[in-house]
Amino acid sequence: MSALHIKKGSTRHSAYNLRPTFSDVQERHTIAVLVENEPGVLARVIGLFSGRGYNIESLTVAEVDHTGHLSRITIVTTGTPQVIEQIKAQLGRIVSVRDVHDLTVEGASVERELAIIKVVGEGDKRVEALRLADIFRANVVDSTLNSFIFEITGAPDKIDAFADLMRPLGLIEIARTGVAALLRGD
Amino acid sequence: MTREMTGAKMVVQALKDQGVDTVFGYPGGAVLPIYDEIFLQNDIRHILVRHEQGAVHAAEGYARSTGKPGVALVTSGPGATNAVTGLTDALLDSIPIVVLTGQVPTFMIGSDAFQEADTVGITRPCTKHNWLVKDTDSLSATMHEAFHVATSGRPGPVLVDIPKDVQFANGEYSAPKPSSSHYQPVLKGDLEEITELVAAIETAKKPVFYTGGGVINSGPAASQLLRELVDATGFPITSTLMGLGAYPASGENWLGMLGMHGLYEANLAMHDCDLMINVGARFDDRITGRIDAFSPNSKKAHIDIDPSSINKVIRVDIPIVGDVAHVLEDILKIWKSRGRKTDAANVKQWQNQIAEWRKINCLAFTNSEKTIKPQYALQRLEELTKKHDRYITTEVGQHQMWAAQYLGFEDPNRWMTSGGLGTMGYGFPASIGVQMAHPDALVINVAGEASWLMNMQEMGTATQYRLPVKQFILNNERLGMVRQWQELLHGERYSHSWSEALPDFVKLAEAFGAKGILCSDPTDLDDAIMEMINYDGPVIFDCLVEKHENCFPMIPSGKAHNEMLLGEAETQGVIDSKGSVLV
Ligand SMILES: Cc1ncc(C[n+]2csc(CCOP(=O)(O)OP(=O)(O)O)c2C)c(N)n1
Ligand SMILES: [Mg+2]
Repeated sequence: MSALHIKKGSTRHSAYNLRPTFSDVQERHTIAVLVENEPGVLARVIGLFSGRGYNIESLTVAEVDHTGHLSRITIVTTGTPQVIEQIKAQLGRIVSVRDVHDLTVEGASVERELAIIKVVGEGDKRVEALRLADIFRANVVDSTLNSFIFEITGAPDKIDAFADLMRPLGLIEIARTGVAALLRGD
Repeated sequence: MTREMTGAKMVVQALKDQGVDTVFGYPGGAVLPIYDEIFLQNDIRHILVRHEQGAVHAAEGYARSTGKPGVALVTSGPGATNAVTGLTDALLDSIPIVVLTGQVPTFMIGSDAFQEADTVGITRPCTKHNWLVKDTDSLSATMHEAFHVATSGRPGPVLVDIPKDVQFANGEYSAPKPSSSHYQPVLKGDLEEITELVAAIETAKKPVFYTGGGVINSGPAASQLLRELVDATGFPITSTLMGLGAYPASGENWLGMLGMHGLYEANLAMHDCDLMINVGARFDDRITGRIDAFSPNSKKAHIDIDPSSINKVIRVDIPIVGDVAHVLEDILKIWKSRGRKTDAANVKQWQNQIAEWRKINCLAFTNSEKTIKPQYALQRLEELTKKHDRYITTEVGQHQMWAAQYLGFEDPNRWMTSGGLGTMGYGFPASIGVQMAHPDALVINVAGEASWLMNMQEMGTATQYRLPVKQFILNNERLGMVRQWQELLHGERYSHSWSEALPDFVKLAEAFGAKGILCSDPTDLDDAIMEMINYDGPVIFDCLVEKHENCFPMIPSGKAHNEMLLGEAETQGVIDSKGSVLV
């Protein structure tokens, strides 16, 4: 199954791929974690982040291999290089984690997020919302006489930009899935 | 090969198939079917403790002194929550134990049933891994996996939570299968990195081995290989609290323990070295002191089976992920094949420098003819017991540090102490676990009176099973280590750091059917210790010692290795405001 087609082994050797880790620069990394889909596995991953004081910007999880019972957790996190290395090593140490990949350093990757956004308004504002949605290639998935629900996919930045534009036009509610990401190429 | 049987029977069968001979436990409603199966067999010995914390520490003592996993069996709810301290202790010291807990039946989980607790939820952060078994067919595989996980890679505590209906139901039992698990940590180190370390060994002028509990966990072969490497290179070697005994205290290159209460020569060697070879230690804060002043001019190599230990605290130059024994074997092989080179002339000079430091005699203390100094008590204990087949456990506090300083360990697995968590109440139950594993050995728990009281109910266990454990209590009527910190940090305001209303320990021993010995005069000490050794049964030795002795040397919090305090001389205001927030 293609969802599992990520190179093996980064977990084991994370300690060897040393970059200078003494820097104070905060970096944003997208980490893909392949786990056995057993009860409590998400709690283990989240508990690791809260227990050790790491950040979670976004987290998505779903079973990607139904026969092998494997789930893929995609985590976007920020930290200094040393913290990022620790996060990966600590994730790799969880017994039900099969593999850990740092998509930010392992090559170019594609990131996508889906959001649905409710915008309430009338008259010009309503027209403007529709026009902008068109530019952003957001779809209308529900409408009433005074509201729309838009569906938009893209990199998180694009969704942020769209939401910012919609706010003055009557955005009242937004639901986001968090980031899903894959390495490019084979 | 599968056989049908009840879940409860499977538990006992799996323990047998895993080679378990002893289980420490305490029954209750949710484990009654398992207790029934224990009743019906004779292969596994069950030791009834008096508190579940005692069961877990006893299992730790058993594990640490044998190298085999320790096993504890407790009931749901309060039984499981009482096990939490022991699990956390084992996690921080990487001790392989398997804790089995009963759980309310699966159909009642989540209903706030009687004695229900979310055991896997509570213990998730304090186990290496845990499982809630929901059907009997998966029970035996889970049990085998639990032993595999506890003992593979970096060892640690695991917990299997077994609902009562799963214990009653029938299912297929499967015997252990080798390597059926996905969990297979890498044992061999990277040869390129190892070669780089060998090259560093060949040219180092001021090298030091800094070893830890990982050497002991790796097994006896690791200690043997370490001795060979150290003696062949002539490099000085120090160890953390957890690693004592991997290299013999009588060995030529031994510097003594390092760290907050480590020896002067060990800490200065760490500070001044040009090559630090960390073997199975983890740069704990008790070791490093101030991070930015830690061994500023050295190249650092770190051998550890857990990749997350590497670069967690201290950035190293040569990281080697692997099992200590495997890596040491490769180091020796490569170093020998390249001609066994060292910079002998410079290493000799380095040894001379260390010999100079040693002359400070940092463990010297002012003895007294009137009161027993705790250091003196330990010197005498060492002298009178070192020829015995001896195992030492400790509680936590000053007495623990003095025991580490004044007792000598010639072999691994002889020293059981709570290092990472610093759990008062560890030593007594641990001594019971050790004695169970080594019935004929002399097992001594070096205790403080306050720590000892935390699990004193285990006297019942000691007498019931005729375990001749010796409780050597250095009774200063103080929470000595707390008092010392209050003296140094809190203007000598001794807030709640004394032990009042202490029991009469001799009568206490007698009340439990054991022997009590009181000693307060240095001239009686030897005879009293001999009486303790020669008594065939459990002994509480109440050794009344100097109440206000401080433990030195000491690296104050927030200071570097070369800023040690050596004695009472000038201890006021040594810890600045930045250091005083540290523990
Ligand atoms: C369970 C637990 N509670 C509190 C502490 C904090 N603590 C560390 S040492 C100590 C005093 C120990 O006193 P005692 O056992 O008499 O040993 P001494 O230092 O006097 O030798 C205390 C309270 C601890 N380590 N563990
Ligand atoms: Mg005391």
